[in-house]
Amino acid sequence: MTTAAHTSFEQQLIAQRDFLMRFSRLQLRNEAWAEDAVSETVLAALAKPLAFENRSQLKTWLIGILKHKVIDLLRLHGREVSHTTDDDDDSDPLEFISFKADGHYSQAPSDWGNPEQDLSSRQFLAVMDACTQKLPAAQGRLFLMREWLELSSEEICKELALTPTNLYVQLHRARLRLRECLELNWFGRTVTP
Amino acid sequence: MKSIMPFHRTCKEVTALVIAREDRALLWQDRLGLRLHMAICVTCPVFERQVLTMRNAMRQWRHYEDQ
Repeated sequence: MTTAAHTSFEQQLIAQRDFLMRFSRLQLRNEAWAEDAVSETVLAALAKPLAFENRSQLKTWLIGILKHKVIDLLRLHGREVSHTTDDDDDSDPLEFISFKADGHYSQAPSDWGNPEQDLSSRQFLAVMDACTQKLPAAQGRLFLMREWLELSSEEICKELALTPTNLYVQLHRARLRLRECLELNWFGRTVTP
Repeated sequence: MKSIMPFHRTCKEVTALVIAREDRALLWQDRLGLRLHMAICVTCPVFERQVLTMRNAMRQWRHYEDQ
């Protein structure tokens, strides 16, 4: 009886591998590291199998473990993680928005409306995924450390030995890029042809 | 100009502050400047709503796993 339950737990874990790899890749931007984090997660899960009522609970539990493994890897590869030079490092982060010389908008930002429900739709989340993936590597990692791992700016600086200024500039760029991407691929799309 | 109006912020400065606020605490001078600007500007509140929508969107995205 216990053997059967055990086997099925392993199978359940295997079935979640792609799901875990998706987040691991997105955060780590390195195939080998992403695999390591997922393997560590599966091993940790196997070491203390738990019974879950449904798949969603299992996923949440696994993501919780994965986040810890990802942080370990980010710490291990500290310098490489945040010091990769992205190609837009020299540009003004506000370039995506055009301002007049006096600091006024040359073109007002568009009203995104009140899209509460849209935001949880599968299509929107796919756009978010794609836009996050499009961020340059170092920026993307730092941004996901904030938003997916939910680390504070202070924690990120400490983990990666980054100066606050450096971190803020990168996050600033990431947020503006993401805004631009969402505007182009989601919020702007309802504009009349 | 700046010294006469220490709390005056341009749209560009306000835009940068609204983004920065997602990751760090602002100085009180900037918080005040931001509020004063938002009260008289029609454009910047639109941008601020975009940033709040993104904040919301990130929360949904983070919990995507639960589906």
